[in-house]
Amino acid sequence: MSQSVTDVICPFCGTLCDDLEVIVSDDGKKIEDIYNACAIGAEKFMHAQAAGRVKRPRMQQPDGSYKEVSYDEAVEYTAQMLHKARKPLMYGWSSTSCEAQSVGHEIAEKVGAIVDNTATVCHGTTLIAVQDVGIPSCTLGEIKNRADRIIFWGCNPCHAHPRHQSRYSIFPRGYFTNKGHKNRKVVVVDPRDSDTAKMADYHFKVEQGRDYELLSAFRVALRNEPLPEKVAGIPREKIIEAADMLKSGRFGIIFFGMGVTQSLSKNHNIDNAIMLTKDLNEFTKFSIMAMRGHYNVTGSGQVLGWQFGYPFAVDLSRGFARYNPGESTSNDLLRRGEVDAVFVLGSDPGAHFPISSVKKISQLPSVCVDPHITPTSEISKLHVPVAFVGVEVGGNCYRMDNVPIEARKVVDPPEGMLTDVEFLSRVNSRLEKLSGGK
Amino acid sequence: METVTLTMKNQPKLYLEADNISPDKFAGKKASEIAALHAYEGRDQTTLSKYFDVAGEAGATAADTRIVVKGDVSRVKYIGMKMTAGEVVVENSPDMYTGAWMQGGKLLVKGNVDAFAGIGMKGGEFVIEGNAGNYLGAAYRGDWRGMQGGLIRVKGDAGSDIGYFMNGGTIVVHGNTDVHVGTHMEGGKIIIKGNAPSKVGGQMVGGEIYVYGTIDVMMPGFKYVHDEELEVDGESGKFSLFHGDTGERHPKRKGQIVYGKLYLKI
Repeated sequence: MSQSVTDVICPFCGTLCDDLEVIVSDDGKKIEDIYNACAIGAEKFMHAQAAGRVKRPRMQQPDGSYKEVSYDEAVEYTAQMLHKARKPLMYGWSSTSCEAQSVGHEIAEKVGAIVDNTATVCHGTTLIAVQDVGIPSCTLGEIKNRADRIIFWGCNPCHAHPRHQSRYSIFPRGYFTNKGHKNRKVVVVDPRDSDTAKMADYHFKVEQGRDYELLSAFRVALRNEPLPEKVAGIPREKIIEAADMLKSGRFGIIFFGMGVTQSLSKNHNIDNAIMLTKDLNEFTKFSIMAMRGHYNVTGSGQVLGWQFGYPFAVDLSRGFARYNPGESTSNDLLRRGEVDAVFVLGSDPGAHFPISSVKKISQLPSVCVDPHITPTSEISKLHVPVAFVGVEVGGNCYRMDNVPIEARKVVDPPEGMLTDVEFLSRVNSRLEKLSGGK
Repeated sequence: METVTLTMKNQPKLYLEADNISPDKFAGKKASEIAALHAYEGRDQTTLSKYFDVAGEAGATAADTRIVVKGDVSRVKYIGMKMTAGEVVVENSPDMYTGAWMQGGKLLVKGNVDAFAGIGMKGGEFVIEGNAGNYLGAAYRGDWRGMQGGLIRVKGDAGSDIGYFMNGGTIVVHGNTDVHVGTHMEGGKIIIKGNAPSKVGGQMVGGEIYVYGTIDVMMPGFKYVHDEELEVDGESGKFSLFHGDTGERHPKRKGQIVYGKLYLKI
């Protein structure tokens, strides 16, 4: 007989689905099946069962081979590395719980590190814009129940957030949107014919790198000022028609992703999109929301925010928190050679950073804490496997709309394996001794 | 005017945060006292003497102090930060935050400067003989008050985001710039004698931007007004005036809407 665990939180993307059902073997050790999850989410659960999973820390040898070491040795190596470094980078934090992030920040404060999360190559520009001009936002529940104008700008939830559209944005029948997708008008702004664009009522194939101009053009149209014949490849009439359509809605939402945050203009795109949202509020109710990627990148921003005042790229090297993306962001630090050790937890910079940064990581003393074997674990001097948050250990996570949701434990981790919190706490108390309780 | 000469002898392994290299901090100090001033490399607090040879002594006040920085300072940040008077000459290319929050005096860089030079500047004269990086004369993160006064002159090219949230002072770039000139600008003047690719004056509320070369793609919110003869930076020329950004809020003065002004040289 198998048992079913219901209302499981999916630790994959920022949608943080909370309706998964996991079928677990009678002894509670093996996951047999997953219902309700998307293909990626299901894979995340099944991966915890994969054969060949690394169960003990591994130290890279000079010839490139690995030697298994104990958790004690791993704690010692990590603590010594952070203790000796004069400006270590502690990167990642987006695929772990808020509890682990908090312990990590305690360590960072002790050793004068720079704490940066995956927003640095993702929605960090959004956070800059939010600091500059504020943000009128809402929760996903409000969108499900009220929104009748949906804009996806530079994002493709069909593939990146597979259940987003069915749970919140296009299809669900909500309190005031009881006809589901028939109640809604969908606009997609994307230079590509993405699968999301195929579902749109309006698809604007914006010229690459001209989002800023198109956003401005919408704002000009709302103010009834003259527009040039074409902006960013879109004819003036289409822009005016779409602006009128947005004005006529009862509740609108702009979702945006990497297409605008990491293309030309970066934070200015988001800045202008937020200002467009504010302008639209002159006519109807409008909100804007970032399509956050990792399941707890929002949480990392939250925890950093309440502990240090800044949501990413926090430089603690001089004992107080400083923040300036462009200087204290991971890629700038690595590229320029500003850091002398790298600690990675809950992210994979080896796969996502430019090769110049990845090379720097491979040359520095480095520790990678990750349940999986990743490009980062392969270039790090020490790889520490830990239990999967949301599968083998619970913890607090924040959804993309800044709603905290407690992830649940489904099965036990392999015998003797530490969790993120346990490993970090041991490093923290070792550092306490190394620094003489200072 | 007394001169203090700093010559780089030991390169920092990481980057050096030398916010004490300013006439205000040096004023009234002997060479040995200047050598003992703090600098930071990573989390370590060290002294200037670890990296620089210090020669000469400072004047009694900042206004009487001239600092000459020699040697490779490409890993030194914050030179001339918050200076209010006196003179600083950097013979090579310093790193970030050169002349940040500068309030007065003269700062001359004979090489290039990296990003965030002259951010939040309030006064003084800042001349860069080489090229400038991004965020020249911009606002610090989250601040809505960018450059408020003074003059920045770049003889070479400048990067992107120059004059971000600018509301006073003048930036002159003799070469070309990258994207985003005067974004969110509310006042002040930016003169570009070369070309600016695109996004010039986006979300601009007030102030003036002059472009002598070409703009590849104009922002949609700029409308042509008329041509006029003007004297700019000591030379006269004919310019087309555009008002914008019409997508942005604009205050009214004496019943008239005040727009940002973009002048394109004909």
